[in-house]
Amino acid sequence: MRMKTKTLYSVAAAGLTACLAVSAPANADELTLCWAAWDPANALVELSKDFEQQSGHTMKFEFVPWPNFADRMLNELNSGGQLCDLMIGDSQWIGGSAESGHYVKLNDFFEKEGITMDDFIPATVTGYSEWPKGTPNYWALPAFGDVVGWTYRKDWFDKPEVQAEFKEKYGRDLAAPETLAELKEIAEFFQGREIDGRKVYGAAIYTERGSEGITMGVTNVLYNYGFQYENPDKPYELDGFVNSEGAVKGLEFYKELYDCCTPPGSSDWYMSENIDAYKSGQVALQMNFAFIWPGVEADPNVGGGKSGYFANPKGPDGHFAQLGGQGISVVSYSDKQDAALEYIKWFAQPEVQQKWWQSGGYSALKAVVEDPGFASSQPYAQTFLDSMAIVKDFWAEPAYASLLLAMQDRVHDYVVAGNGTAQEALDGLAEDWAEIFEDEGKY
Amino acid sequence: MSISPIERVAEATPRSVVRRVKGLSDRAVAWIFVAPTIALLLAINIFPLIWTVWLSFTNFRVNRPNREAEFVGSRNYERILTDSDIWGTMQATAHFVFWTIVFQVLIGFTLAYLINKKFRGSDLWTTVIVLPMMLSPAVVGNFWTFLYQPQIGLFNYVIGFLTGADPSGFSMIGEVALAPWAIVIVDTWMWTPFVMLICLAGLRSIPESIYEAAECDRASKWRQFWTITIPMVLPFLMLAVLFRGIENFKMFDLVVQLTGGGPGSTTELTSINLKREAFEKWNTGFASAYAVILFVTIFGLASIYVKALNKVKER
Repeated sequence: MRMKTKTLYSVAAAGLTACLAVSAPANADELTLCWAAWDPANALVELSKDFEQQSGHTMKFEFVPWPNFADRMLNELNSGGQLCDLMIGDSQWIGGSAESGHYVKLNDFFEKEGITMDDFIPATVTGYSEWPKGTPNYWALPAFGDVVGWTYRKDWFDKPEVQAEFKEKYGRDLAAPETLAELKEIAEFFQGREIDGRKVYGAAIYTERGSEGITMGVTNVLYNYGFQYENPDKPYELDGFVNSEGAVKGLEFYKELYDCCTPPGSSDWYMSENIDAYKSGQVALQMNFAFIWPGVEADPNVGGGKSGYFANPKGPDGHFAQLGGQGISVVSYSDKQDAALEYIKWFAQPEVQQKWWQSGGYSALKAVVEDPGFASSQPYAQTFLDSMAIVKDFWAEPAYASLLLAMQDRVHDYVVAGNGTAQEALDGLAEDWAEIFEDEGKY
Repeated sequence: MSISPIERVAEATPRSVVRRVKGLSDRAVAWIFVAPTIALLLAINIFPLIWTVWLSFTNFRVNRPNREAEFVGSRNYERILTDSDIWGTMQATAHFVFWTIVFQVLIGFTLAYLINKKFRGSDLWTTVIVLPMMLSPAVVGNFWTFLYQPQIGLFNYVIGFLTGADPSGFSMIGEVALAPWAIVIVDTWMWTPFVMLICLAGLRSIPESIYEAAECDRASKWRQFWTITIPMVLPFLMLAVLFRGIENFKMFDLVVQLTGGGPGSTTELTSINLKREAFEKWNTGFASAYAVILFVTIFGLASIYVKALNKVKER
């Protein structure tokens, strides 16, 4: 009995101590972080438990699937809603969110807390944080570095009979392609082939028309064929850059790739459809954002050395890849801005960023990616570094949504529906964009 | 002796109020009762309508609250009426509405005619046939996306089996020529039961004595069908066409789920296009003009149709 009482006291005392240790401070807040519903978001939930313990604040998460993410969250911001205290918004939103006052400007906060943008990969600072681009006005902290790259079935590539047939046909070894032309040859080679008793196809590429899919796909080819968003010397001059001779060839290439080498019915595919096709053994190559790579490695069908990774191959006029990823911002309508800034301060710490990378998030902090052990820390780490060195992003103008949807319509109409020519599609795009910029008062 | 609640209210009402109410005309009392409803209608129907008309003459963007909206005159209307893409969506909508109505009326009426001939298990068949319309359009869209899948879809398999074609060689929702028909098939599958139910109600409302009289006059079955059944069911059929026409003119969810408006813009119906302008591109002024044009079109067409329907009913 005495023993029992003693144990009871001990447990009570330990419980009380634990309660005191983790009890929330008087000004503890419940913060809501809004982001897309995908694997990295789940990793962030786990990571944020450390923040909850350290700060006493509690974290709530509002995740929306990608296809509805922009609709849902931009509605929230445009209506001045207070659902989100922290927003990991898409990189294209920066311009509109900064000009419309949705995000808190972070310059003073960064200065006060000693957070410097020099510590982050330059492309991510430009892509996720700055508005206007190229100026030191920061509206977000780079949160998740992402880029379009490629995954391939290494186990299929390594088959001796496949290797031999490829070498005989193309006169070179079957390996990860270095150019877009090589990529197309490989995709053509696998299209309709029988592997392990199943009919397989060449490549899963982005073709989705509703949100941003086909644009995020086709730009990986267009950039490398000479497409430019505007005259580098004269902003918003589009003609001859958007629809340059090279850009037309690039668009024709993407259509050829779609026609020759994709699975039937892949007319509206984006991230999740490509993942499904790849994991289920339908395709040899998969175009997708880098965020999926940890999931590929962990998958029993395609992980554990069965997959290889390579950066978007170069084209005749350049070597670029489409930037993805997001920065984390404090929503100006939040009444818990101090606590939200605390979260950003915590998230910017090198040890947290290191843990972020280890748990499946892509850190954009130089201290993490430039660490000597980084490149060999995961099978895809070097590809991530190579890809982040060649990124280019879509317009981040306040009118980005109109610009994006115009491109979606024009490109999908040509590539998937086969209407008109590539020249007509890009001429039309240049006209659409000029009209949008005219409405914006840019001319 | 107990008094009723109304009498209790009357007793509790101050005399001055009673005098004032007693002095009111019937019309005034009617207005007192109707006024709240009218106020509500003005607030949630008429005001937004007027506001939309005003916005249609501006370049207002709801996602740019910091930017002053400018009056642009009839520019939005001119752009809409001269935009070939918008005419394309109108054509896609007309194609969808026309063919879904044709198929749904033909199949729905045939099914109703068969079910109306009472046979063993006819009630069970009615229940089975009606099931699709009870499902959510989003679920139906998802479900048919799988059925149309070239590699594993049952639809392609059946077509392949019947025609000898390679099931993975074509995609119902991925090819320009097939996609419009893919959505017509799904909508017909889902909503034919609705037309069937309305037709069934019409068929069951025809008195048996009319057919008996026709039998006495030695009218053939074919003659009875054309001179009794069809004319008496026609108002019901027209009602079904009206309902389905209005519904399909604003069709959104099913098509978004199935094709997303693609491939290209082949199945981008007007409602999808309008949503993209209003809530994805945030062209609020432009979308308002678009909505006004659609409102006038539907209102005009529906008015003409209802007049025709009333004439048929009067016959």
